[in-house]
Amino acid sequence: MSIQTGAAWVDFASSRLARYKLFNGINWGRLAVISVPTLWLGIFFFVPFLVVFKISLSESAIAIPPYTSLLDWDLEEAYINIKLNLGNYLYLFEDTFYLDAYLSSVKIATISTFFTLLIGFPIAYLIARSKPSTRTLLLSLVILPFWTSFLLRVYAWMGLLKKNGIVNEFLLNIGIIEQPLTMLQTDFAVYVGIVYTYLPFMILPLYTALEKMDMTLLEAAEDLGARPSISFFLITVPMAIPGIIAGCLLVFIPAVGEFVIPALLGGSDTLMIGRVLWDEFFLNRDWPMASTVAIVMLVVLVLPIMLIRNSQGKEERV
Amino acid sequence: MQRQSLFLKMTATLGFIFLYAPLIALIVYSFNKSKLVTVWGGWSLKWYGELFRNEQIIDAALLSLKIAFISASLAVVLGTIAGLVLSRFGRFRGKLILSGWITAPLVMPEVITGLSLLLLFVAMEGAFGWPAGRGIGTIIIAHTTFCMAYVAVVVQSRLSQLDDTLEEAAMDLGAKPASLFFLVTLPLIKPALISGWLLSFTLSLDDLVIASFVSGPGNTTLPMLIFSKVRLGVSPEVNALATIMIAVVALGVVAAILQMRRQTRLTMVANQT
Repeated sequence: MSIQTGAAWVDFASSRLARYKLFNGINWGRLAVISVPTLWLGIFFFVPFLVVFKISLSESAIAIPPYTSLLDWDLEEAYINIKLNLGNYLYLFEDTFYLDAYLSSVKIATISTFFTLLIGFPIAYLIARSKPSTRTLLLSLVILPFWTSFLLRVYAWMGLLKKNGIVNEFLLNIGIIEQPLTMLQTDFAVYVGIVYTYLPFMILPLYTALEKMDMTLLEAAEDLGARPSISFFLITVPMAIPGIIAGCLLVFIPAVGEFVIPALLGGSDTLMIGRVLWDEFFLNRDWPMASTVAIVMLVVLVLPIMLIRNSQGKEERV
Repeated sequence: MQRQSLFLKMTATLGFIFLYAPLIALIVYSFNKSKLVTVWGGWSLKWYGELFRNEQIIDAALLSLKIAFISASLAVVLGTIAGLVLSRFGRFRGKLILSGWITAPLVMPEVITGLSLLLLFVAMEGAFGWPAGRGIGTIIIAHTTFCMAYVAVVVQSRLSQLDDTLEEAAMDLGAKPASLFFLVTLPLIKPALISGWLLSFTLSLDDLVIASFVSGPGNTTLPMLIFSKVRLGVSPEVNALATIMIAVVALGVVAAILQMRRQTRLTMVANQT
């Protein structure tokens, strides 16, 4: 009822607008509809990066906000002084700490993505090959952990991996180890955490790709005498490539910038760039340096991946 | 063939165990009497009692629910408009920019999104005096921005699956754009709006990093509180909280499956008659 009256009102308003000859030629309603999301994203998504870039060129200062202004002017003396500080960028390359953090983030994200694929593939394959009724159930079982809090799932691993945690107790009891292993606050825990929390992001695109696969191809291969392992690598894997790429990107990109997992599961020596940015901002309160770290991360890590993803999307559409 | 499928079943089962073991451990230990997570002190509902007496947690949970509700609703409105514009408006100037901006928040690392929004808010406050300080309002803006991207993608994919003959028929019968949208398109994409809203709601409820950047003093959301508690040491009432959240989600998923089953059965019956 209210939708109908709302629609009637909009119709009325647009018919009133249409009466003004001035607006002929331009579809104002259409323009208004387009500009709402565009303006919102422009202001709250695009402009922020310009601000970050601007602040990365300023100097840290003890002030509120804690950075220097780039412009310095005096109208009476008629001068404008623009001061760009490239020191932050130079410092980023001078101090190997940041470079190490970028490289180590890429390493951790790459290895985790590989293991996510390794664990996710059999699950996706099994779901795609099961009966439609079991398929819904198994898919929901994959999605269920994804809907529960990310933070709490990471927290659950703290209880499992602790020195006197459940995994150690179990391994001690069945006699595989004699001393409890140090797992929490190591890189190993970070890998487990990333693989665990991002597994659904790998399984779902893999499932979509495998489900679309034409099963008669496998039958044909079998008839021609191919062993299952051969037809798996020569038919199934190539057919799943779009899903593999999509899944790997969905895991790799957030893993590179991860903060929560290394902060809770990693040790003090686990270097990840998301955590470095966080500490630079909240602990050192160096806003310009945090901005510089963000800009370099954006240009070096995120932008290339987005471009690859875009070009692939276009190919798929063609 | 038989051997391969046994191997497949075993590895997939191990995968499912990997997915569920931590959740089950959380649930079991939420009923543990002992304060030490690993020492089993017998069954007890003690930590649930502690949880409901902890006003800090209740306040944070209410704040998070409020933010999630408002952000999800705003995100559905903005995301639906964006999805509609991208899939039904044909070519227009700036389409490439909008479609780029819509998918970008999905792949942007959270630390960058959070930092950049905070710096924007600070710069805006310096320039126009708005927003004065940070709090619920800035968190809602931030959450709406990244959630609308998810809604737009969901709506766009639903619209691309949808046959546009119904919309064309309505237009041929003389429907104006607005009534076409409210009376034809909107009911058709309702499932996408519901799943987009639910997705946005959980994403907002779950967000720690962005909220930490853009919240002001005194506005602690539930993830921020959990994070600080967990970092300081083990707090068993978090187990109880996690169990309640898992239970709510599980009920929701079960309800969704039952609903889907009923719908497929109904369509099957309808097709037969």
